[in-house]
Amino acid sequence: MAAAENYPADLKYHREHDWVRIEGGEAVFGITWKAQDMLGEIVFFQPPQMGVAIAKDGSYGEVESVKAVSDLVAPLSGTVVAVNETVQTEPEKVNDDPYGEGWLVRVQLSDPTEVDALLDAEAYKQLVAEG
Amino acid sequence: MVPFAGFEMPVLYESVIAEHRAVRSDSGVFDVSHMGVLEIDGPEAHRELQRLLSNDLDRIAAGGAQYELMTNEQGGIVDDLIVYRRAESSYLVVVNAANHKTDVSWLKEHFSSGVELRDLSDERAMIAVQGPRALERLGLEPAASFSFAEIDLFGVPCTCARTGYTGERGCELICAVEHAASLWDSIVAAGVVPCGLGARDTLRLEACLPLHGQDITPETDPISAGLGWACALEKEFTGVERLREIRDASPATRLVAFVMDEPGIPRQGMPIVPDGRVTSGTHSPMLDKGIGMGYVPARKSEPWSMLTIDVRGRPLWAKVVAKPIVTSSKKYKERQGEG
Repeated sequence: MAAAENYPADLKYHREHDWVRIEGGEAVFGITWKAQDMLGEIVFFQPPQMGVAIAKDGSYGEVESVKAVSDLVAPLSGTVVAVNETVQTEPEKVNDDPYGEGWLVRVQLSDPTEVDALLDAEAYKQLVAEG
Repeated sequence: MVPFAGFEMPVLYESVIAEHRAVRSDSGVFDVSHMGVLEIDGPEAHRELQRLLSNDLDRIAAGGAQYELMTNEQGGIVDDLIVYRRAESSYLVVVNAANHKTDVSWLKEHFSSGVELRDLSDERAMIAVQGPRALERLGLEPAASFSFAEIDLFGVPCTCARTGYTGERGCELICAVEHAASLWDSIVAAGVVPCGLGARDTLRLEACLPLHGQDITPETDPISAGLGWACALEKEFTGVERLREIRDASPATRLVAFVMDEPGIPRQGMPIVPDGRVTSGTHSPMLDKGIGMGYVPARKSEPWSMLTIDVRGRPLWAKVVAKPIVTSSKKYKERQGEG
């Protein structure tokens, strides 16, 4: 069952519809409610390899719905330290719970000051509302 | 809603996957009013259709329908369509929405005298009801596949054909546009799940029913596409000489169905390395795997042949399988190549 539209206040957002949860020097990435709603039912997650370096605004993987494929845009730079294996076997978790069980990767941040360029929930909501 | 061949069409009502599974396990209803409906009458209608279409109309009697290809001089496929034989001098023809205008001008251009074409597309709606429980839900008795009859369903007069585009049993109903909404509502009230274009595409691909413009085109021929069964090569029709040559020489490439052996979803246009291409690809809601169709060299076309699909730079293994890939009556077996 798809989640209801929401954008938690404790997360940071990238304008390409990705969210970030900062946890010390690490961060968890996922896609927002808006992103999963635009894509429809997610059926495939192509994760990055463990230990690989990813760059802010670059692609770090892919998610696919029945009809479309979308690049995952890295909201911050860092090294991949964990990949959500549950989403690889049950990609629908991204639709069911985009900010919880549907998280995608955990990253060791290489430049924590990049966080300043991200949007807060209010700014992201406004972006979504403007279409 | 998305624009499609001049119509506003829903890709989905609730969920592509749920709609798809409803059709495989019970029943679903599709508004396919975008399809073109032509009426072809006249003393020479039989002769003219025999000359322009690939199949032999004398394989069916009045009340029978037939899958046909309209071919050009090179044997390429202008469109695929269904002809309903009402009488020797009267036929109904259902064509693809995207080719509707091309087909009408092609037929008018090639018809000689003694035949009249009326385009009923703006006056007729078409509703497909498909699935193992579709007929039961509508209170219809089973009838021979590809037969049709004039019936009254939920108070609406319609042509009921035992045809479809999902690989399931069911029917396609053609009725007057003004009755379509009431017929749709009655069908949904009977417990049939409304389905959009998204599920129509995943269902037809699991069933390996070709889509014109992707799997078959004016540049591909019916023999290579595995549609030789719909070509009466012993009769004379446009392009038949070329098709006989292709059959006699055996096609160099063939349209195969495949299932991904690794996680990943094939899409239209992706290369099959080194010398083929994907013509249709999607995620199969029944197998929970990537599936597709594509042209490959004939030597790689037998079930169990392994293919490499280039999925955005990732080379992924896929296995050729027998058609259809999966329907409610044909379960997919990992080892189907042996059975």
